[in-house]
Amino acid sequence: MTSPSNPNRVNASVRAGRIDRTRTLNATVDGRPVHGRPGDTLASAMLAQGDIEVAPSIQLGRPRGVLSADCTEPNALVQLLDGACPEPMLPTTEIELREGLRAETLSGVGWLSQQRDTAGYDKKFVHTDVVVVGAGPSGIAASLAAARGGARVILVDQHRELGGMLLDGRADIAGHPATEWIGRAARELAENEQVRVLTRSAALGYYDHNYLLVAESRTDHMAVPPPSTSRQRLWHVRAKQVVLATGAHERPVVFADNDRPGVMLASAVRSYLNRYAVLPGREAVVFTTSDSAYSTALDLLGAGARVPAIVDTRPEPSARLVEQVRAAGAHVVTSAAVVATTGQHRISGVRVRGLDDDGSLTGWSSEFSCDLLAVSGGWNPAVQLFAQCGGAVRWDPVVAGFVPRTTGGRSAKVVGSARGTYDLAGCLAQGFAAGAEAATLSGFRTAPPPVPQVDGDRQGSRPRPVWLVPDESRPPERCTEHFVDLQRDATVADMYRATETGMRSVQHVKRYTTISTGLDQGKGSGVNAVGVLAEILAANSPGEVGTTTFRPPYTPVPLALFAGRTRGELYDPVRTTPMHHLHVEAGAVFEDVGQWKRARYYPRGAEDMHAAVLRECAAARTGVAVQDVSTLGRIEIVGPDAPVFLDRIYTNGFAKLAVGKARYGMMCGADGMVLDDGVSMRLAEDRYLMSTTTGGAAKVLDWLEEWLQTEWPDLDVYCTSVTEQWAAVAVVGPDSRTVVGRLAPDLDVSADSFGFMRFHETSLTGGIPARISRVSFSGELAFEVNVPRWYGEALWEATMTAGSDLGITPYGTETMHVLRAEKGFVIVGQDTDGTVTPVDLGMDWAVSKQKDFIGKRSLSRPDLVREDRKQLVGLLPTDTTTLLPEGSHLVEPDVSRQPPVPMLGHVTSSYHSAALERTFALGLISRGQQRFGDVVCVPVDGRDVEVEITSPVFYDPEGVRRDGPAQG
Amino acid sequence: MTVPHKVETDTAAAEVATALRHGPLEHRAAEFERRSASGARGVRLREEPFLTQLDLRTSPGSSSAASVADALGLPLPAANRVSGDEHDAVLWLGPDESLIVAPDGRAESLLRTVRTAQQGGSGSVVDVSANRTTLRLSGPMAREVLEKLCSLDLHPRAFGPGDCAQTLLGRVVVVLWQLDHEPGYRIMVRCSFAEYLADLLLDAMAEFLDG
Amino acid sequence: MLLVRCPWCGDRDEAEFRYGGQADVDYPADPHQLDDAAWGEYLFVRANPAGSFDERWVHTAGCRRWFSLVRDTATNEMRPDIPRRREGR
Repeated sequence: MTSPSNPNRVNASVRAGRIDRTRTLNATVDGRPVHGRPGDTLASAMLAQGDIEVAPSIQLGRPRGVLSADCTEPNALVQLLDGACPEPMLPTTEIELREGLRAETLSGVGWLSQQRDTAGYDKKFVHTDVVVVGAGPSGIAASLAAARGGARVILVDQHRELGGMLLDGRADIAGHPATEWIGRAARELAENEQVRVLTRSAALGYYDHNYLLVAESRTDHMAVPPPSTSRQRLWHVRAKQVVLATGAHERPVVFADNDRPGVMLASAVRSYLNRYAVLPGREAVVFTTSDSAYSTALDLLGAGARVPAIVDTRPEPSARLVEQVRAAGAHVVTSAAVVATTGQHRISGVRVRGLDDDGSLTGWSSEFSCDLLAVSGGWNPAVQLFAQCGGAVRWDPVVAGFVPRTTGGRSAKVVGSARGTYDLAGCLAQGFAAGAEAATLSGFRTAPPPVPQVDGDRQGSRPRPVWLVPDESRPPERCTEHFVDLQRDATVADMYRATETGMRSVQHVKRYTTISTGLDQGKGSGVNAVGVLAEILAANSPGEVGTTTFRPPYTPVPLALFAGRTRGELYDPVRTTPMHHLHVEAGAVFEDVGQWKRARYYPRGAEDMHAAVLRECAAARTGVAVQDVSTLGRIEIVGPDAPVFLDRIYTNGFAKLAVGKARYGMMCGADGMVLDDGVSMRLAEDRYLMSTTTGGAAKVLDWLEEWLQTEWPDLDVYCTSVTEQWAAVAVVGPDSRTVVGRLAPDLDVSADSFGFMRFHETSLTGGIPARISRVSFSGELAFEVNVPRWYGEALWEATMTAGSDLGITPYGTETMHVLRAEKGFVIVGQDTDGTVTPVDLGMDWAVSKQKDFIGKRSLSRPDLVREDRKQLVGLLPTDTTTLLPEGSHLVEPDVSRQPPVPMLGHVTSSYHSAALERTFALGLISRGQQRFGDVVCVPVDGRDVEVEITSPVFYDPEGVRRDGPAQG
Repeated sequence: MTVPHKVETDTAAAEVATALRHGPLEHRAAEFERRSASGARGVRLREEPFLTQLDLRTSPGSSSAASVADALGLPLPAANRVSGDEHDAVLWLGPDESLIVAPDGRAESLLRTVRTAQQGGSGSVVDVSANRTTLRLSGPMAREVLEKLCSLDLHPRAFGPGDCAQTLLGRVVVVLWQLDHEPGYRIMVRCSFAEYLADLLLDAMAEFLDG
Repeated sequence: MLLVRCPWCGDRDEAEFRYGGQADVDYPADPHQLDDAAWGEYLFVRANPAGSFDERWVHTAGCRRWFSLVRDTATNEMRPDIPRRREGR
């Protein structure tokens, strides 16, 4: 009846199972071979060869065996060794056997690999009219009904084939085995192009607005995965309607030594027998609290196993079932419970005692030998997804489980055993009805199909859950071998300890005992813990205790799946200018400015940043230097009311700016704090081109639109982002006029014709259209040359050529920072942080006294006119070589360093200066503008650095360099 | 009194300069070809640089909107729609915003046409031709590729030829425009994001290269 | 991921939007007529109900239009706001 290597595999004539007996798959667990068939899980293959015991338990080292056949498995956990990255904590009950699989068993905890996970993970966004979670009978029925109505349907199931618990049982539908009905349904769904069936896919989370995350395992079942197929895919599903047919999980029973290998859920025994053609034991006692385990007993008997006893907690089980099992040769013991088990590495027998109506033990006892104990503590509807999206549950005493109380999310319909309906006809009826209703509500009117005749499990008498089977000799608070959570080795005694410390809430008891914090997140142990707690607290029902909170993910998934493709190079957008590759060729070192890559400096030879920046700065101050400034934000502002609008947005005036001129502007939030700055040009009476900081472009556009749309819709103004319409270079230094003159031969660049803060439109050599302005962020004579972006590369090359004999030097952001700081020009976001006003920066000159603007009212708020506000100052370390770390605190020299030390302010910018031949810094310090000449301290690495407070303008305070050398 | 718009008027010089232009993905054309696949599970990517693009702002229903449509010879599109064809089109970008798309080199004449039509009314038109480049993604698997990056419903029942949307591909803002049933799409993306977006798309296309 | 209905573009993922806080906090016609307390109220004080809340969003990755909607802050259920003051452009 069995093959030699698989003594527990049942002959095909007895059970075909859902396996392919023509092929063998070879795997290794703990170095020992495991042979199985396609269709096996690792657990079923191991059971087929008689391996029921797995690794010992996590805390107590007790022998443990396979308990379940599903995702509630607490014991049979392994670390996969043969994948792209060793993956920990996978239940063997959920691993499809594949050729070459290698694993090691785990005692409740795995190990994190130091290896990089090179497997592929990706995601996909899909929309559907109806998503159905769970492809058992209810879910299949719902999908069929919705699809027949014409709706787009996604059906999701964790397993490789449809059918759910139908595959574990032996029901008939419409006079034929249920597998035929499943097969027909699977074909019908596969042929409908509006239906997508996702097998091997776990719905992890159910979020607001009918958003579900589904993790699809795409290659783990393959010996050799296709090269470019992702290992797992995270489906982001947005549905109009959600049908949850998530099924139910059988719960174990809490009694003494209930953790012995060979104690197995009755439904799992049935699943191994019918789905996998594996008989896990030859002599099986069944211990149950409800009807469903009778089917297990009947199937065991039919497959040739002995069933010495069916121990039922109920005084009067369904007479029909009792009669059936008696006829098949089994004996039912009523009003009884298993109170003890014997055996070492495998159960060898049980002791049974009578149970009173109040749950205490009666006088008689009886012993049975066995190699398997099939237990059923009842069923827990799988309400996790339902509850994740705000669905509330209630305790149903008839079902003896927590069932949905309200509708979850927008429209979730819960059907079948997920709402405590355990008879097949009821499941099909609910599925059809929910599917048809979901289709109708999403615009595809349809009626539920008729329910076929079924012959399968029927609902009989009510269950009698026993949360805590009394110990024969010990009081409950000393029940240290009554396991509630096998994975955590947590017992009834642990729960007593929790309540003795005063805890009453199930949430607290959970965290104290760690019950339900394992891999299965309480799918197996949670309700039993609630039941035991109800007993301890003498509550009327588990409903009084309530459940813990159900949170995503429903089953564990690798974090790499959530990262998907957004790793490494693809992690975040990288923005580049059209000249980027020229900077790369020039050996630039880049820095990230927001998402932009900007050249930071251009080292020559063995130069470090310090040397390169000194050289670049010197070129800008004494010769000519060039920077790519294409990253600056640009917004074209058009309309007859544009002048009025800019006057309200900027702290200084723009309405009177002449056409052809440019002006530096600063903008504030309504709270008076600096928001952004930049130069705006007036292109025409009704047309301005605003520039923003590199990082502020999007924020400023949103800001402008906010005011135009929500406060001033009467203004006739339109804003258009043109940041990337333009590429631009800043040409800086005494020789810049010569370079720009060569670049733009048609343009008169003389100081008389081309004044500061003016711009002209012209053509560059080669006919490139350009807009050239005279703006300076360095204090030097400088030009900004703008061309349509696709000419960016040509512009850079032309500029380098035009300046080659003058030693034109490309410079990066670091040099730009030094040059501007030497002039005391601030960078919004570096020298400001959202708490700084233009007045704090000493920029009163840019704050209009005449007109109103956004933020003006705030500048007279008491807090903003406080005399001790932090103000922008220059800072010169007494030692001219000391570079102050940016962000350092400023403190008085003579105060005690016992915390708290009063902080006067901090360093915002700090550099070496080639022009000053020393280090310098900018900072914000209380009353700074009154303190020029004072010396304060900057604690650096535990020692004080003395710095003198100065004006923030270090270089060319008279501004004579702006117009460049006199021409002659 | 306005500064003369030399950018718009100096056409002779501009023609000479055309050879100096570079599309942001020009240097990757051969790679795109190599990483595209034909056949029933094929998907192809290429750049269509230099399309003329003008950002048009009009007050919907206004007489100036009507005269702009007359001047263009195309109705202004309904929400989330494109009027015209892949050569001359107007894409809906928002309730008062459209994108005029035309072949390379038409910016100046179209600017003049629209500005004339807008004369006296409210609105604006701005040349944004160099602001975005265009990627064309086509082939039977094109939608599959986009669905890896885009949260929009691109199922034929929800999005088809002549539909457009401003949305996100990954974390990149794009104008997505479906051209035909194949399906073929245009993805208009700001130039600085073009390389990154192309990398995202090629990565998403990789599984269809195996055939 | 919330599903936000842009009145112009239709239903889009929350990631395409930026949140704009409480709706209908009018910018005072003349801020300088307000005393410090009233101006501070405008700047800093916002409602924070558990339940129905009028709030603003801007469709930054789409049409860039600002709009308001009513969200139940306890359930995230959303419905369109009926513009109280004036139409957006």
